[in-house]
Amino acid sequence: MTANDPSPNHLQLTRDGQLRHFLTLDGLDRELLTDILDTADSFIEVGERRIKKVPLLRGRTVVNLFFESSTRTRSTFELAAKRLSADVLNLDISTSSTSKGESLSDTLLNLEAMASDMFVVRHSQSGAQHFIAESVTPGVAIINAGDGRHAHPTQAMLDMLTIRQHKGGFEGLKVAIVGDILHSRVARSQIRALNELGAAEVRAIAPATLLPTDVESLGCTVEYDMARGMKDLDVVMMLRLQKERMEGALLPSEREFYRLYGLNQEKLALAKPDCIVMHPGPINRGVEIESAVADGPQSVILNQVTNGIAIRMAVMSMAMSGQTAERQQKLSDTGEAAQ
Amino acid sequence: MTALLEIDQLLGELENGLRQLLEDRGVAHPALIGIRTGGVWLADILGKRLGIDEPFGELDISFYRDDFSRIGLNPKVKPSSLPFDTEGRDIILIDDVIMSGRTIRAAMNEIFDYGRPASIILATLIDLGARELPIQPDVTGRTLALSSDQRVKLRGPEPLHIELQSSGQ
Amino acid sequence: MNATEQTLRITGGRLFDGQGELRDNPGLLIRGGLVAGVGDAAARADSEYDATGCVVAPGFVDLCCNLREPGNGQKGNIASETRAAAHGGFTTVCASPETSPVNDSSAVTHLIREAASSRGAVRVLPIGAITRGLQGELLSDMAGLKAAGCVAVGNGSRGVINARTLRRCMAYAQTFGLTVMFSPENQALAADGYAHDGQVATRLGLLGIPEVAETAAVMEMLLLAEETGVRLHLSQLSCARSVEMLAQARQRGIAVTADVAMHQLVFTDQALAGFDSRFHVRPPLRSETDRRALVAGVREGVIDAIVSQHQPHDSAAKQAPLAASEPGLSSIESVLSLGLELVQRGELDLSRLLEALSSGPASVVERRAAIAEGMPADLCVFECEGQWLPSAQTLLSEGRHGPVLDRSLPGRMKLTLVAGGVAWSDAG
Repeated sequence: MTANDPSPNHLQLTRDGQLRHFLTLDGLDRELLTDILDTADSFIEVGERRIKKVPLLRGRTVVNLFFESSTRTRSTFELAAKRLSADVLNLDISTSSTSKGESLSDTLLNLEAMASDMFVVRHSQSGAQHFIAESVTPGVAIINAGDGRHAHPTQAMLDMLTIRQHKGGFEGLKVAIVGDILHSRVARSQIRALNELGAAEVRAIAPATLLPTDVESLGCTVEYDMARGMKDLDVVMMLRLQKERMEGALLPSEREFYRLYGLNQEKLALAKPDCIVMHPGPINRGVEIESAVADGPQSVILNQVTNGIAIRMAVMSMAMSGQTAERQQKLSDTGEAAQ
Repeated sequence: MTALLEIDQLLGELENGLRQLLEDRGVAHPALIGIRTGGVWLADILGKRLGIDEPFGELDISFYRDDFSRIGLNPKVKPSSLPFDTEGRDIILIDDVIMSGRTIRAAMNEIFDYGRPASIILATLIDLGARELPIQPDVTGRTLALSSDQRVKLRGPEPLHIELQSSGQ
Repeated sequence: MNATEQTLRITGGRLFDGQGELRDNPGLLIRGGLVAGVGDAAARADSEYDATGCVVAPGFVDLCCNLREPGNGQKGNIASETRAAAHGGFTTVCASPETSPVNDSSAVTHLIREAASSRGAVRVLPIGAITRGLQGELLSDMAGLKAAGCVAVGNGSRGVINARTLRRCMAYAQTFGLTVMFSPENQALAADGYAHDGQVATRLGLLGIPEVAETAAVMEMLLLAEETGVRLHLSQLSCARSVEMLAQARQRGIAVTADVAMHQLVFTDQALAGFDSRFHVRPPLRSETDRRALVAGVREGVIDAIVSQHQPHDSAAKQAPLAASEPGLSSIESVLSLGLELVQRGELDLSRLLEALSSGPASVVERRAAIAEGMPADLCVFECEGQWLPSAQTLLSEGRHGPVLDRSLPGRMKLTLVAGGVAWSDAG
């Protein structure tokens, strides 16, 4: 017996299936994921113009609410919002009110008084954005910019856009995700996206200490040996290794990790010759990946950055659109009720 | 009624009107831009008829619509594609039907984001009147006055034809 | 009605007297706060209560209840939470030592008992803290706690710092014949987890508490109990493997009893799938396999008691992202109803459910819960089929975070008597 609907869709989709928040890829079907990728393609074209800006969110206010600081991710969301002509407010909460003991609910109440239309939220706790989406005023869209170990859906979608650009599609692809999957919200979203979009195989390559319990249930196979795991790969996605992983007895040393799970030219040669190399950044050279590979011809790491802006523009405009549609729906419902 | 909307006849009107206007204005090398989807089919045909070798541009105005806050984003938006630099060019902007003028406003805003053109000529196959903005086509195939239950739509690309529907039927 | 010489006769319905099967109620006579007669002895009385269509059972006994007093009052107090208990059919609740200040001294025990006797709707049996401040390091004054009226000692939901301290706690409690109550959890293995380490936690990126955090602690406690000879009560088991070890220990003759929280018999980790912080409980809700094994443990009598593990909170403590919320459900008013749903689904017999709510837990604290001549008239009357709607409006607890809200549940409580006095009645 479950106490509630386990699907997050009642939260992030409108009645007719449009995005209204973007919290997780769980429950989003292939068609919607493809719509996001297609819309992002159009925004990539916008980014190539002399004036890289469209008026879609003109007059709207987007608040970047970062409870966990990340200049990189925040900057791409900021740029995306500005290219949609929105007004952007950056709030680095990690250094303000919550550290003084204010609860998340109280912080939100204060921010809502600013009449924002969208919150882009990063938080160190899994599910924080779900909580915010449940308690926020109707009409305000929540975009997940990373929550705890749970999800980083825009990162996964920009990775999918990058793969589609280089491989044409997902059918038949063999993809590996290498490194600290246990702590990675990126990996969880990537595995989900690859499964939904039809990749043939997703392999998790890591030592047992960096894999969550029953990781196969996410939709992947497990490979402890990287040389075996690299075989026949079309795409290899490296994850960032946080320095503090050495402390909790999860790994003996960076050196040993690099020797066993770092990507160098020798290991890359075991994959298909046209295998692409991805990394969500920032890269720890010599810990996850060798410089010659990161900067080499098979690396698409810089494409990922460009695609990140387009994906975020797509998701923001689609969520705002869904909120708009929902408000119109409600107006017409109450209109009918009044008649 | 259908006879009035013979596609070849309207295209002929449009072609002749454009030739005349280009000559009057002394425009030697115009660039064509069609608004998706009907305007793109027309740009293809008119480009050939006017002997313009340069590939024409395709504009998807979804990101520039002024009714986003009412109807939201077109879920099937496609990238615009302008295979030439608009800066300093003489542009012929083509759409199938003009009514309120809002689509043309959005299209002109979008064109300016690629660069500042020298001039824009607006050509539409059908003008239905009912304008809400001070925008007029320079050349048009036919001006029509429809009753409130009638709708007109360009279908294509093969065969290109005009469909006139009455919701009363 | 006070415990006067007024007499009350309860007729009709079915009777569960504390053991065996339910039977037709032969009529109960209550006088002077006691059950004065059953059957033929229940003659004419000053007033009558018609229990037709209802079950009459001994008042329930809760081995784990947080009354939040002493405390700052935001989460509840003895008056509000004992009223909620009476609404749930409970007539005796064991007060967890996790108060503020902690019940680690006879002064606090006296405070609780005084508040309970002046403002409590039901009987309150304090559990003393086995370590000072529940810090898990230094022994509390157990002999003093016992003398002040604590019926057992335990460490609440918190662990003891290491096995050596645990061994000494047990040996010292054994000296005074005190029962020790522990929630088995290996702190190093539980670490900063807050959800069952399984598929749901993996998918949602929740920090997991592995089953071995409980089973390793159960094994350690059983071995230490066997060695020290203390009477051990394991509180709130959550794992299938724990039930298995418990059964084996019983076979070896170890003096061990155990309870399970009702929500562990009903829900699984799937309840967290929407990040619902209401279901952030400790120990965490585990898998369906565990749930079934726990129900079987109750069915077969390996687990002696079902508890509410009632943990009322103010809304701010629960209105937060899962990891930031405080663990616990406001459960005491829904225990019977959730149990009746298990009965309806055929997972548990009604008589076994009532036994695990009354005589089972009573025997753990060396008491008796029965409807028999000469026993205190602690009983409840409820309709099995009658529905009620738990909601922020209908719950009496200060905690509004019930396990089921805004959905009708079976088991409508009609009347709760403590020593013959009305502790709760649906007649108002």
